[in-house]
Amino acid sequence: MTEYNLNGQTCRGDKIKAKNLNFYYGSFQALRDINLDIPGCAITAIIGPSGCGKSSFLRLLNRMNDLIYGSRIEGTIELDGKNIFDKEVDVVDLRKNVGMVFQKPNPFPISIFDNIAFGPKQHGKKSKIELEEIVENSLKKAALWDEVKDKLGQSALALSGGQQQRLCIARVLSVEPQVILMDEPCSALDPMATLKIEDLMRTLAKNYTIIIVTHNMQQAARVSDTTAFFMMEPDRAGSLVEYGLTSEIFTNPKDKRTEDYITGRFG
Amino acid sequence: MLNVSAKQTQKLAMAGIWGGGVITLLLLIVIIGYVLLQGLPGINWEFLTTNPKGGLSGEGGILSTVVSTLYLIGITLVLLVPIGIGSAVYLSEYAPNNRLTRIIRYGIETLAGIPSIIFGLFGYALFVTVLSFNFSILSGALTLVCLLLPTMITTTEEALKAVSYSYREAALALGTTKWQMISRIVLPSAIPGIVTAVILCIGRAIGETACLYVTMGGSAAMPSSLLEGGRTLSLHVFYLAMETNAMDKAMATAAVLIIIIILINALTNLLAGRFQKRLKGIS
Repeated sequence: MTEYNLNGQTCRGDKIKAKNLNFYYGSFQALRDINLDIPGCAITAIIGPSGCGKSSFLRLLNRMNDLIYGSRIEGTIELDGKNIFDKEVDVVDLRKNVGMVFQKPNPFPISIFDNIAFGPKQHGKKSKIELEEIVENSLKKAALWDEVKDKLGQSALALSGGQQQRLCIARVLSVEPQVILMDEPCSALDPMATLKIEDLMRTLAKNYTIIIVTHNMQQAARVSDTTAFFMMEPDRAGSLVEYGLTSEIFTNPKDKRTEDYITGRFG
Repeated sequence: MLNVSAKQTQKLAMAGIWGGGVITLLLLIVIIGYVLLQGLPGINWEFLTTNPKGGLSGEGGILSTVVSTLYLIGITLVLLVPIGIGSAVYLSEYAPNNRLTRIIRYGIETLAGIPSIIFGLFGYALFVTVLSFNFSILSGALTLVCLLLPTMITTTEEALKAVSYSYREAALALGTTKWQMISRIVLPSAIPGIVTAVILCIGRAIGETACLYVTMGGSAAMPSSLLEGGRTLSLHVFYLAMETNAMDKAMATAAVLIIIIILINALTNLLAGRFQKRLKGIS
């Protein structure tokens, strides 16, 4: 196991490890032969043109693709050395451990407080004091507390888009995951709100492993420590072209296709 | 030229839409107004608190028919709502998209189109005769459950399907079980639609006459148990209008019927609001 020092912490170099991963929707192969080691307590960006399978890959990490009828997986993804597709792995526990923030902010149509308390409540935390504490801490970690502390009882749908997305991040934090998956979390937000989310991601990276799928290459360059570039092959199956430190991918890409993509020649 | 004609088309369409709305509203006001105007003068304390005399006289009040109606609706709902919601949850959230599911759906759609008197005959054969519940409120309620299940299931399923997929994803991604996701997020969000389903069913149940005529009998006496026959308000209106000359009493009974429907709808909405708040943990 490789260990390294990042963000002032010693981390596993292979917190998440995809090995010979193939993924199919019915007879269509969406991902081919992915081998990828994702480091802990760092931000990994997955970039690539539309349809290259980056979201499909992200949704394998918390097994959200289980919900899709006819999907099939070959190969393994290990989280802390344990294959998440093993029969004895409880998908409910996995998702508690690997949280997800979606492209469109999707707070529940209930109050701000109840949105954050929902996860912990379902996992058996009943005491009001404990829940209040979790809600406050989660909102503080998501840099939203000061904006909403006086209106916790109001509907979450009344918040702005950027606030809703930070609420969704706080909701994920409330169940204390180790890994946070973000599927184009800023694509529905304006530049100021995007900046706030990016700042927040940098702060969170000290304690969480973050994997972000993004269309926005500047965003990947700004926030991530490592970057993976996916592209589709002639039969439309997505594959990993290049993976490395973000600084190297963006200044000195080894593959011609990566260079063409990041310099905007296609995509 | 094109602009002008597009604007004219819009004006025409608006006129049509407004016209439709106004006609609907007018119809509602005229019917309810007519029944209330004709019926309200006939309503008094004595009318409400005595039983019908029965027979061809048309004399007496409506107490036993009000009681029978409420009794019938209550028992129907107690059976109908849980079974209906359960089936809808199964179809919307669990049923795989396969042949069996398609057959079930086809069956439900077909049942929804069958005339109520056919359900009445079935109820008579099964509940009244084979199960020996005789002409009773129970037989009537069970028949109504069969009659209304298709409506209850399809309307509830529509309400469940209308709940955004993103809520389901968000809940599951937080590590909830499927049942927690359904019971805590999907069902509460669908409550307004489910209430619509219940109100539709109550409306139809109150309006039914034929299928109850052959399962509840038509006894005007006060029912003392579930296994006794009874006469609903609608049946009573039918008797009064067709077999007696007491048109004023028929109108008064119809007015009471309309008032009861309005009250039940209001109550259902109120309860649903409370229930939704409690499920969402706002209370």
